[in-house]
Amino acid sequence: MRQPTDPTFVPLAALSAHPRQWRSLEEREGVVAEDIPLQSEFSQEDRREFLRLMSASLALAGMTACTRQPTELIVPYVDPPEQTVPGHPRYYATAVPVSGIAQGVIVETHLGRPTKVEGNPDHPASLGATSVISQASVLDLYDPDRAKEITYRGDTRSWENFLLALGSMLNPLQGTGEGLHILTETVTSPCLGAQIEAVLAQFPRAQWHQWEPAGSHSVSAGARMAFGRPVNTYYRLADADAVLALDSDFLACGPAATRYARDFMDRRRRGDRLDMNRLYSVESSMTSTGGKADHRLPLRYSEIEAFAGAVARGVGVPDTATAGEAPNAQWVDAVVQDLAAHRGSSAVIPGDWQPPAVHALASRINTALGNVGKTVIHTAPVEVQPVDQLESLRDLGNALDAGSVAVLLILGGNPVYNAPADFAFARLLGQAKNTIHVASHHNETSAYCQWHVPESHVFEDWGDTRSFDGTVTILQPLIYPLYRSHSHLEVLEALVNQPARTSREILNAYWMGKKPARDFESWWRQSLHDGFIADSALPEITVAPVPSPPGAAVSAAPAGGLELSFRPDPYVHDGRYSNLGWLMELPRPMTKLAWDNAVLLSPRTAERLGFPNQQRVTIQRGGMRVDASVWIQPGHPDESATVHLGFGRSRAGSVGNNAGFNAYLLRTSSALWSAGGVQLTKTAPHYPLATTQMHQSMDDRPVAISADIEHYRQNPDFVRPLENAPERGESLYPPWAYTGYAWGMSIDLTACVGCNACVVACQAENNIPVVGKGQVLAAREMHWLRIDTYYQGDPENPAVHFQPVPCMQCENAPCELVCPVHATAHSSDGLNDMTYNRCVGTRYCSNNCPYKVRRFNFFLYQDWYTETLKLQRNPDVTVRSRGVMEKCTYCVQRIREAEIRAKVEDRAIRDGEVQTACQQACPTQAIVFGDINQRANRVAQLKAEKLNYALLAELNTRPRTTYLAELRNPNPALNTEHGG
Amino acid sequence: MALALIFALWAGAMIVRSPYETRQNEPREQPVPFSHEHHAGGLGIDCRYCHTTVETSSFANIPATKICMNCHSQMWAASPTLEPVRESYLTGRSIAWTRVHDLPGFVYFNHSIHIHKGIGCSTCHGRVDQMPLTWQAESLRMQWCLDCHRNPARYVRPVDKIFAMDYQPPPDQLMLGQRLVREYNIHSLTSCSTCHR
Repeated sequence: MRQPTDPTFVPLAALSAHPRQWRSLEEREGVVAEDIPLQSEFSQEDRREFLRLMSASLALAGMTACTRQPTELIVPYVDPPEQTVPGHPRYYATAVPVSGIAQGVIVETHLGRPTKVEGNPDHPASLGATSVISQASVLDLYDPDRAKEITYRGDTRSWENFLLALGSMLNPLQGTGEGLHILTETVTSPCLGAQIEAVLAQFPRAQWHQWEPAGSHSVSAGARMAFGRPVNTYYRLADADAVLALDSDFLACGPAATRYARDFMDRRRRGDRLDMNRLYSVESSMTSTGGKADHRLPLRYSEIEAFAGAVARGVGVPDTATAGEAPNAQWVDAVVQDLAAHRGSSAVIPGDWQPPAVHALASRINTALGNVGKTVIHTAPVEVQPVDQLESLRDLGNALDAGSVAVLLILGGNPVYNAPADFAFARLLGQAKNTIHVASHHNETSAYCQWHVPESHVFEDWGDTRSFDGTVTILQPLIYPLYRSHSHLEVLEALVNQPARTSREILNAYWMGKKPARDFESWWRQSLHDGFIADSALPEITVAPVPSPPGAAVSAAPAGGLELSFRPDPYVHDGRYSNLGWLMELPRPMTKLAWDNAVLLSPRTAERLGFPNQQRVTIQRGGMRVDASVWIQPGHPDESATVHLGFGRSRAGSVGNNAGFNAYLLRTSSALWSAGGVQLTKTAPHYPLATTQMHQSMDDRPVAISADIEHYRQNPDFVRPLENAPERGESLYPPWAYTGYAWGMSIDLTACVGCNACVVACQAENNIPVVGKGQVLAAREMHWLRIDTYYQGDPENPAVHFQPVPCMQCENAPCELVCPVHATAHSSDGLNDMTYNRCVGTRYCSNNCPYKVRRFNFFLYQDWYTETLKLQRNPDVTVRSRGVMEKCTYCVQRIREAEIRAKVEDRAIRDGEVQTACQQACPTQAIVFGDINQRANRVAQLKAEKLNYALLAELNTRPRTTYLAELRNPNPALNTEHGG
Repeated sequence: MALALIFALWAGAMIVRSPYETRQNEPREQPVPFSHEHHAGGLGIDCRYCHTTVETSSFANIPATKICMNCHSQMWAASPTLEPVRESYLTGRSIAWTRVHDLPGFVYFNHSIHIHKGIGCSTCHGRVDQMPLTWQAESLRMQWCLDCHRNPARYVRPVDKIFAMDYQPPPDQLMLGQRLVREYNIHSLTSCSTCHR
C-alpha cells in the first residue's frame, strides 16, 4: 500500500476536483432504499421450505445420472451444395436497414441457418462494427410470433387467392388507379422505387404516401429551409476537432451512429492522446453522447433553438432570428470561440428530433465555419422520393375520410400504432373499401386490415437498400423463407405484372438495366461478395444556402407548463423491434431500464412535483392521457419530461405486448417531437420498474478511473497509485508460467460510448437467455457482459462514466478456489474456464467474485422448446440448463477454433485473428483482445500504456482484462462550471 | 444397512460406467444395413471417400445420398436393400442414419486436429473394417479421452498411417510416440475448455 508521503501519490479527490462516483441518487445520499434489490438475487425462502426443496432436488439429481445415452439421428444432404463443409460456418454479405437506411453486415450461417451478424469491415456504415439493432436482426428472423400465412379477415388464403382478389379490387379502377393508395415507410431501395414508379405509370391516378414515425422529418424540412431543396447531410468526424451536438445522440443513435462513433473516437485517441478533440453537448434528455461530452448543458427542448441561434450569431451567421434569448451566455461564448478556432475542422450536429429551424441554423453555422465539404458533407437525398411525410400521411387520412380510397396497400409499417394520435388512423382505416397490409407481424394495423400478407425478413429475400451516404447494398437471401412470406417487390409486381416475377428476377432485371450487359455477371457477383456496390455512394454536392425570410425560421414557442419530449427508443426504435427479447431486456444506456419505458424527470422537477422515483403518474396533454412511471434521471433538464416511443404495444407478440406505456397516444401531428402544457398527476397502483443500475455492485470503490487531459499531461503516471496493486508474486500459491498463449483484453474507457452493442453481440454469440422483467427485478439478468454507468458530481448535471465489465479472467481467480466440484478451473493459457456439466449450482463462485460477473440459471431461462429459436443458437456453445453457473469465457469457442486452424496450418495464431464477439461489435474499437505474451501484439502494447489499470487490483486477483483510464478534454474557459 | 447403502452406491457407479449406459459394443440398426466390413474392408474404399471433411472440419461428414449413388446407380442398382437410398435420391429427402458415436452436447470434438496430429481412425473407432453393422468400439467417457490427452505418446502414430485400419503399434510405441509428439508439436491439452465450451 502506498502512503500519502509517496511523491507519486494523488488522492482520488485531487483528480481535477472530481468528487466521488455514484450510481443512483439514493447511493449518493447514502440512503439504502428497501426496494433496491441489492440482496434479492438470493431469495429468502424459509428454512423448512429450503430443506424440503433441497432433499427433493438431491433425489432428482441422483436419478439423472442413470439416463442412458439416447438415440440421435444424423441427416446428411442428398446432394450437398458446393463448398459446404459441415462444421465450418459460411459468411454472406448483406445489410440491415432500419427506417430504410442500412448498415452493411456479414452474416454467419451454419448449414443454412443464419446465427450471428457481424459488421462488414468494408461498408461505410459499419467498418466492421455493428449497431445493437443489426445484432438483434437475426432474432427477428426467428421470432416465433411472425406472421406465417396470408390471411383474409383472419382466414388463411393462398397467394393465388390473393392475386385473384387483388385483380378484382383493381378492375373497378378502370386502369387509371383512381382510389389506389400505397403507403410505405421511407424507401431508399432503388429497385423498390422503380417498382413504385412502374405502378404509378400504369395507374396514373394512384397515390403514394410515406410515413416513418421516427424518421428524419425535421432533417429534410430543415434542409428545405436552409437550401430550398432536400439535401442529405452527413459528417466526417475523423477530421473534426470541435463538435457541438445540439440535442443529438449521434454517437449511439441513428443510421450512421456506428460510423460516427468510430470516426469520433479515432480522432479522440489520435497519436499520444494529448491532442484530443472536444465535444460539447446541449441536450434535452440524458444520452450516451451527452455522457461522453467534455461539456454537457441540459436545456429544455424548446431552449435549444435559442442556444443554436446565439451560437449562429456568435460565429457570424447573418440575419439570425430565433425565439428567445440564449440561456447561458458563458457557454455560448466558450462554444463560439472553440468553433471559431477550428474553422473547417469543427462540426455542429443537430438531433433528428429537433425542429427544422435548428437544422437550418446548424447548416448555416457549418457553412459560416467553412466546415462544408470538410467535416460536413452534402449529397442528394438517399430516399427515392423525399417528401414531407407528415403531409403525405395527412393526405392519405383526408382521402380515407372522404371515402375515396378503394384500395389501400400498406407496405410494412404500423400506422395504427404509430401515426399521430390526432389522425385516429384506426377509425380512418375502416373507410377504405379494400385494405391490404404487408408486414412481418400481424400487428395493430393488421387487425384493422382485411388482407394480411406476411413480409419476408431481410435475410430471406432479395432486395436492395442504401446507407447514410447513399452506398447501395444488394440484399441476398441467407435462408429460404421460413413461412409463406413475400417481399414488397413481389407484392408491387402483382399490381402491374401477372404472372408475377420473383424478387430475384425483378432485382436482376432492374440492375441489368443500369449496368452494361457485358460485365453484368461479374459485377453482380462482385457486388454480392463485397456487400455493397462499388462507388455507389452519392456524390458530394455544393448547395447554396438561401437567405432566411425574416421570422420564418422561428419555431412556435411552447405552450408553457411542463414540456414533454418524444424520443425513439435506442433499441426497439419506433416499436418495430418490441418483440425482440434481447432488445427489451438490454438495459438502456442511462436509465438502465429493461422491459419498460418511463417518464424521465430531473431530480429538481421530481422534487417540486413531489414524486419519488418510480411514482406512477398519469400524463395528460389536452384530452389525451396515459399512465406511466416516473424515472428520476440525473442530468435531465428541469421542467421537462422525456418519454420513449416503441412501448405499450398490444399486438407486438408474446414478448413485447403490454410492456411499458404507449407514448404515441400523446403524440400529435402538431407536436411530433415535443409538446408543451403537459400535466403529471399521481395515480395508483405502484408499478415496479426493472433497472439494472444497482445490480452487481462493486460497492464504493473507485473503479472507473477518469481524469482531465491537463491532469494527465502533468501527472502521466496518475493511474498507478490509484490502482494500488500489490507486488507480483504475493500469493500463497506457486506461480504458473504461461509459456504458450496468454489471452488478455484491454478496454479503453475513453472510447466506450455505452451503446451496448457488445452486450447484445455477446448474447447472440454465447446463447445467453432472456429472463424476463420479473427476474431482472430480482437482479438475475444473464448478460455475461454489462456496462456500468457511474455518475459524478452535481445530480442536476453530473459527469458520466461508462465501464464495460466482462469476466476479468483473473490469474488468481477467487471463484476457482471455492468451487467444491472443480467446475471452474484455470486453463493453461490463462482462461478462467467454466464447465457447465460439472457445475452443481452451489453459487460459491459467484459469491466470491469481487467483480460480480458470474450468472446463475435460477430457472430454465433458455427456451428449449420453440423450434425456430433453436435455429439461431450458436452450435459451438453449450445451451445451458437450469441450476448451472455461467460466465464470460473470452469467447473460448473462437479461440479454440483459431487454435485448431493454426495448428493444422502449422503456424501460430496471428494478432487479431481471434476477435471476441464484444470486440468485433464495438463501434469504437474500445475492446482489444489477443495474446499478451507477444510484445508486438496490440493488446500487449495497450497494456503497456500508462493509462492501463486493473480493476480492484488491491485484491491481487491479477485480472487479464484491464482498462485504460478515461481521459476528457474540458475547455479551461468552462472548467469551473461543470465537472464533466 | 450401511453395507447395503455402500453396495447400492457402488452398483450405481458401475452401471453409470457400464457399456449399457455408454452403448459401447452395441451394433446399431440403420435404415440401410450399411457394412463397413464390406466397403472399407472388402472393397478397400478409403475412409475419406465418404467421410469427406474429416481432415478439414470438426465433423467427419456422413456421406450424402449422392455419394452412395456414385456407385449404386450402376452396382446393385435394383437391390431391394438399397431402396431407401434410391428413394432418397429421387425424392430429395435425406436418409436419417442413427448416430453411432454420440458425444454429449457439452463436449466439442474436432476430427481435423486429431488426424493432423497423428491419431489414427482405428485408435478411437476400432476395426471399423471388420464391422458388418457399425458399433462404438470405445466407451467415449471423459476418462478415456484423458487417457490419451494426458500422455499422447502412447497412441500417436505416423501421419501417413492414419487411415490404415490394420495398423499395429510397434513394440517401441513409447519411443516412437515421444519422437512424434516432438515432431508434430503435440501438447498435452487437459484444460476444461479444450473440449467444454
